[in-house]
Amino acid sequence: MIRILTTLQLALVLACQAESIGFNSHIRPLLSDHCFACHGFDPAAREADLRLDTPEGAFANRKDGHGIVPGNPEKSLIWKRIISTDPDDVMPPADHHLKLDKAEKKLIHQWIQEGAKYEEHWTFIPVKKPSISDPDLHPIDSLVTDKLKSLDRKLSPSAKKETLIRRLSFDLRGLPPTPEELTAFQNDTSPQAWDTLVDTFLADPAFGERFAWPWLDAARYADSNGFQGDRERTMWPWRDWVVEAINKNLPYDDFTVWQIAGDLLPNPTHEQILATGFLRNHAINGEGGSIPEENRVNYVFDMAETVGTVWMGLTFNCCRCHDHKYDPLSQKDYYSLTAFFNQTPVNGGGGDPQTKPVIPVPSKQSLAQEKDLSAQVRKTKAELKTLETTLAPGQADWEKKQNPAKAEWSPLVAKSLTATDKGLKFQTLPDQSSLVTGSNPNKVSFNFTAPLSEDPITALRLDALRHPSMTKGGIARSDSGNFVLTEIEAYLIRKGEQKKRLTLERPSATFEQGSLKVTNAIDGSPHTGWAILNGKSVDRDHAALFHLTHPFQPTAEDEIEVILKHDSQHKHHFLGRFKLSTSSSKSPSLETGDRSLRDTLAIPVEKRTPAQRTRITSTYLNDQPAYQKLTTKLSSFEKQISDLKKSAPRVMVMADQKDRRKTYILAVGSYEARGEEVEAATPNILPPLTSDKPLTRLDLARWLVAPNNPLTSRVTVNRLWQELFGIGLIKSPEDLGVQSEIPVHPALLDWLAADFMETSWDFKKLIKTIVTSQVYQQSSTVDSLTRERDPENRLLARAPRYRLPSWMIRDQALALSDLLVRDLGGSPVKPYQPPGLWSEATFGKKKYTPGTGNDLRRRSIYTFWRRIAAPPMIFDNAKRENCEVRGYHTNSPLHALATLNDPHYLEAARSLAYRSHQINPTSPLETAFQIITSRKPTTEESKIITSMHDKSRTHFEQNPDHIQKLLATGELPISEKINHLTQAALTSTILPLLNTDETLTKE
Amino acid sequence: MNPILESQLLTNRRHFFGKTATGLGIPALAHLLTSEAPASEDDILAAAQKIAPKAKRVVYLFQNGAPSHLELFDHKPQLAKLHGEKVPESYMEGKRFSTMSAAADKRRLLAPLEPFKQHGQSGATVSSLMPYTAKIADELCFIKSMHTEQVNHAPAINFFLSGFQLASRPTMGAWLSYGLGSMNENLPTFVAMTSISKGSSCGQIFYDSYWSSGFLPSRHQGVKLRAGESPVLYLKNPKGINPTLRRHMLDGIASLNEAKHASVGDPEIQTRIAQYEMAYRMQTSVPELADISGESKSTLDLYGPGVHEPGSFARNCLLARRLLERGTRYVQLMHAGWDQHNSLTTELYKQCRDTDQPSAGLVQDLKQRGLLDDTLVIWGGEFGRTPFLQGDINNRPKWGRDHHPYTFSIWMAGGGIKPGMTYGESDDIGFNVAKDPVHVHDFHATLLHLLGVDHEKLTYKFQGRHYRLTDVHGHIVKPILA
Repeated sequence: MIRILTTLQLALVLACQAESIGFNSHIRPLLSDHCFACHGFDPAAREADLRLDTPEGAFANRKDGHGIVPGNPEKSLIWKRIISTDPDDVMPPADHHLKLDKAEKKLIHQWIQEGAKYEEHWTFIPVKKPSISDPDLHPIDSLVTDKLKSLDRKLSPSAKKETLIRRLSFDLRGLPPTPEELTAFQNDTSPQAWDTLVDTFLADPAFGERFAWPWLDAARYADSNGFQGDRERTMWPWRDWVVEAINKNLPYDDFTVWQIAGDLLPNPTHEQILATGFLRNHAINGEGGSIPEENRVNYVFDMAETVGTVWMGLTFNCCRCHDHKYDPLSQKDYYSLTAFFNQTPVNGGGGDPQTKPVIPVPSKQSLAQEKDLSAQVRKTKAELKTLETTLAPGQADWEKKQNPAKAEWSPLVAKSLTATDKGLKFQTLPDQSSLVTGSNPNKVSFNFTAPLSEDPITALRLDALRHPSMTKGGIARSDSGNFVLTEIEAYLIRKGEQKKRLTLERPSATFEQGSLKVTNAIDGSPHTGWAILNGKSVDRDHAALFHLTHPFQPTAEDEIEVILKHDSQHKHHFLGRFKLSTSSSKSPSLETGDRSLRDTLAIPVEKRTPAQRTRITSTYLNDQPAYQKLTTKLSSFEKQISDLKKSAPRVMVMADQKDRRKTYILAVGSYEARGEEVEAATPNILPPLTSDKPLTRLDLARWLVAPNNPLTSRVTVNRLWQELFGIGLIKSPEDLGVQSEIPVHPALLDWLAADFMETSWDFKKLIKTIVTSQVYQQSSTVDSLTRERDPENRLLARAPRYRLPSWMIRDQALALSDLLVRDLGGSPVKPYQPPGLWSEATFGKKKYTPGTGNDLRRRSIYTFWRRIAAPPMIFDNAKRENCEVRGYHTNSPLHALATLNDPHYLEAARSLAYRSHQINPTSPLETAFQIITSRKPTTEESKIITSMHDKSRTHFEQNPDHIQKLLATGELPISEKINHLTQAALTSTILPLLNTDETLTKE
Repeated sequence: MNPILESQLLTNRRHFFGKTATGLGIPALAHLLTSEAPASEDDILAAAQKIAPKAKRVVYLFQNGAPSHLELFDHKPQLAKLHGEKVPESYMEGKRFSTMSAAADKRRLLAPLEPFKQHGQSGATVSSLMPYTAKIADELCFIKSMHTEQVNHAPAINFFLSGFQLASRPTMGAWLSYGLGSMNENLPTFVAMTSISKGSSCGQIFYDSYWSSGFLPSRHQGVKLRAGESPVLYLKNPKGINPTLRRHMLDGIASLNEAKHASVGDPEIQTRIAQYEMAYRMQTSVPELADISGESKSTLDLYGPGVHEPGSFARNCLLARRLLERGTRYVQLMHAGWDQHNSLTTELYKQCRDTDQPSAGLVQDLKQRGLLDDTLVIWGGEFGRTPFLQGDINNRPKWGRDHHPYTFSIWMAGGGIKPGMTYGESDDIGFNVAKDPVHVHDFHATLLHLLGVDHEKLTYKFQGRHYRLTDVHGHIVKPILA
């Protein structure tokens, strides 16, 4: 036990001999572990009214003396209690599960003796850039070697070039280097070779994908809601934004502000609003019976805690129920933080995976399509203009040919037209027909009122007209363009009298679809109706005529009300464009035309009003086939544009509602247990944020990246360090609070944090700074003594060696085998997955259908992430249920089963077999080995591989029926260019090569 | 355990392995599946295990969706008398229900659907819906005063399994894997299996979080065994690779890894070798486990006809016994379909038919093999159901009961539990606890105690805090201990 001192203990022991005791480095961890739970920040949990986390509390005069008397341990109550042998008296109490050991007690004694100096917890002190002792060295190297020197240690030598390029390639791109990149690097002997390589990798679009991954983990990004139902959402344009923002090196302060409060920026761009999807990535509970307000409060908690973890590195969730036991964070601090996020209009009800506020984010492709279509629209409009001019001379002739005798229908001009569905809108067209736009309900009724002229009325006519905005240019927005009119009713509205039903009889229609006769429309039953489909599509207009049982003569100010009902079980089967007319004829007919047009035509040309002229010209033009053709074309383009707009994925984003919602402290975090009201505010212990107006998310976001904020830069560089070294400079990236460890390299963390801010939060530059240090470029191979003394490599006297994350392992296999499709972004894809997983998780409600072709070979970041059944090949990863920022490096046999048996790896092995054989037909395995490891095999390794291959080959020679079976795995076609036996033997030798420790490891 | 101690522990295990093992020895597995490890190296684990264990294994028959305590075990004659009456206001004060419940003035009491009888020496009251359970009443300890804090399924199930309502904390099986380690190097320590009655319309989804390791290292996570040919994901060799060829492959991997180890000396490489060997062994041990052809007819009959159907609750019960006897520490069976909001008169009967005989059969089978003494069996859901009706009292086919966290019943048997007893009481209509309340945290404290673990001392440091299964609560229910 003693032998295996951790670096922390090592540092402590050495420090004890060298320097005086530091509160932050030595004493706070002890007090925090042993005392603060009962004598700390939380007044509710405080025992004996003694507080030891502040000097005021510890030094206070009590009736039994002083908790601590600076300079005099023997007079200090706490020391007396620590060394007490009375089990009732001793502190920490006998039943406390951690005990102070001798060395720890000695430290406390010495600290009190030296004056019991308190310091604020180091992460709450503003970042100050430490000085560099050796200006000739890279600052990181100088800081690390200073520390190592004090421990009589030094950096390890540089790693080999092939190791370095593989390390850098995974760290910066999440992909292995290509053989070409390796050769170029090995041949580049210039002093700038490394810098050049770093710049190349930083500029590779794969860089954004690689660093987006941990960001998606932190942002709990998923392609479905979570919970029962687990409905699919379309947040992926936000994911693509992250990749793009990282690639274009958006400064981290903007990256922060946009994601937390882009919507509140002055005149925010589409991109800035899209960025706020970060906060809306939380799970949504659509479970039946769940309580909306409880859900809503949980969403707000989730947002606040995610920001708390990602930017502040503080564990706010402890404060849902009580003041923090260790950190100086109160329950009030917590709820004041939630107040920033408590202003969205989300009410927590339902499980809509596109719960408003949302923004549509059309893909680049559809934007381009839309641009094309808009050009078409402009062009067609111009053509129409030209055609109008061409056709104009023909109008006089056409007018003459109109037969006045045959016109006997007077269109009703709507005074009001409403629908039972509020989202549905009407538009009056020049021919007095009404066009339906807006929502598309399953069932709907129209209510039409129009003034009547004083001509007698014998019949009512309903024109059911086609329009290009309808399905297949038909009459409705149903699946076929057909409609079902279940009932038509007419009423007379006369001033001072009760509304009177006008009974209809003897109907006739231009067409009746089977049993869906027009009489059904006046039979009083909602279950029957009139429809007109004949064949697959609706290719002409239709009309129906209804005689009035009692023809009558309207008087002035009479109005008619017509109700059109569509209650059919067929969805969306309602009239999309219609016209209502009346007739005075004794024998009205559907054959005869529009009387109002006749009347208008009768007016001499020079006396016509502009509206009348338009009416006639428009009717004339629409009667010309050439013109009709063009208008149909135009409408079709317009419809395509509107469809494109509708099909764009909708991303949930942030917006604050107008009325500020009040925020309360909620006892034990329960949504209904409201206590004191609180205002939005930042935690008391951190630099103040004040304003004369109520604080907003934008204030919070800017405060996070203000130069005096001690946390954001430290938390961020620590997380980056974890990405590159496997373990952060502080081991707990989610917690830099009082209970976190004292870093072995505090000066390094602060130097990086300060430098990050000084370089205007330049993320790529920060990475370049780190990877150009000698510390980064060291070899990971060390002697066993060093490893034993520092098993976790906290001193950084060598490079780390650890298993790649599972997503990199998969991407690597695809890349090595040349299968990887490097397209950026887009909707999520579904690669191979064992059958039944979704189905089992959802009782058959969701089924997984793997994609084909390219979809099987995209980078893992584009794999569909179902929150309740995450992709199984991505093992040992954040679960994306809530914010997680810690790395995972565990090893389970289940992981080995995945990389040995998942078709991805088998297909990759087969493809790499082919690739290696193409490059080097005489010794393909040597080539495969080199592609996989970026190095040549040793003699011993070559022997092992040859023996593996011999055994495989013999096996397949003896079991020829196994060859086809092996090669048939995966949808990649079997190559006929290489003998199948050879392929099988190579494949089954390469699959193990994809599974060696070296392949799975970054070293 | 704090991370520093954790790393020391791992380091020591690795060190031990490095010195003693020449091949693919068992000690390496300590790291992989937490073998019954020299926990004495670690202060916390040692401190947490100072109680003599009564149980070594646990099988939890989790009834997902919440069975009605009023129909199954908690006999309330008064409820029958008040059938159709409104719930007296005094019972309702300050109570919250799911949003599916009707307005308060419509809440009318519903009599139990089926008669109850007393059974065995102990005279336990069990409904005629559970004839097989009734027969073994003298083996069981009924707790009729359970109560919880959650009213909806997922939060309540998370709460029951992990002590916290949101999916983020380690579940019981993970805590036990962490605290006690494994007893078999060829099988996982913590196994979960799920089932649902055929044609059930009121099943709740099984979330991965129900067998999650939360913030504990992922090797403590429950391994979900699936029904059918490949009980573990990716277990089967791909087509064209038979065990002989796979053995060649693994030998090749091991040789290359050994060569690498010789040149870089990283002990993680040995762990990798052991990881792959364990995977290989599981390819044999798991199918062997799932193959029930060697079970006698009399054993199969104990579990009822469902045992012949892969994926059924009955089959899972049998597999649970096979796992337990092979040394799996904790088996969690979850059976969905109890959420009878409007189908008590139909679906409740199906659920009882599908779970009653297998559950009783499992207890009997464990007993006849001498395993019941140190195996703890638990049967119960995440909450109970309301004494009042959901639906129209005149429409019997659509009768239902809503979620009810204020009192409900579970039973326990075996490993250190007093058999043939009933603990706790609900009030005269089964609405609130009347006597000896048992909170979910108390249940957890008791369970850990039976396994020889002090619930206040089994801790794990995460985000700066020492976490426990029982958070800062929990009292051992001593009267039910044998």
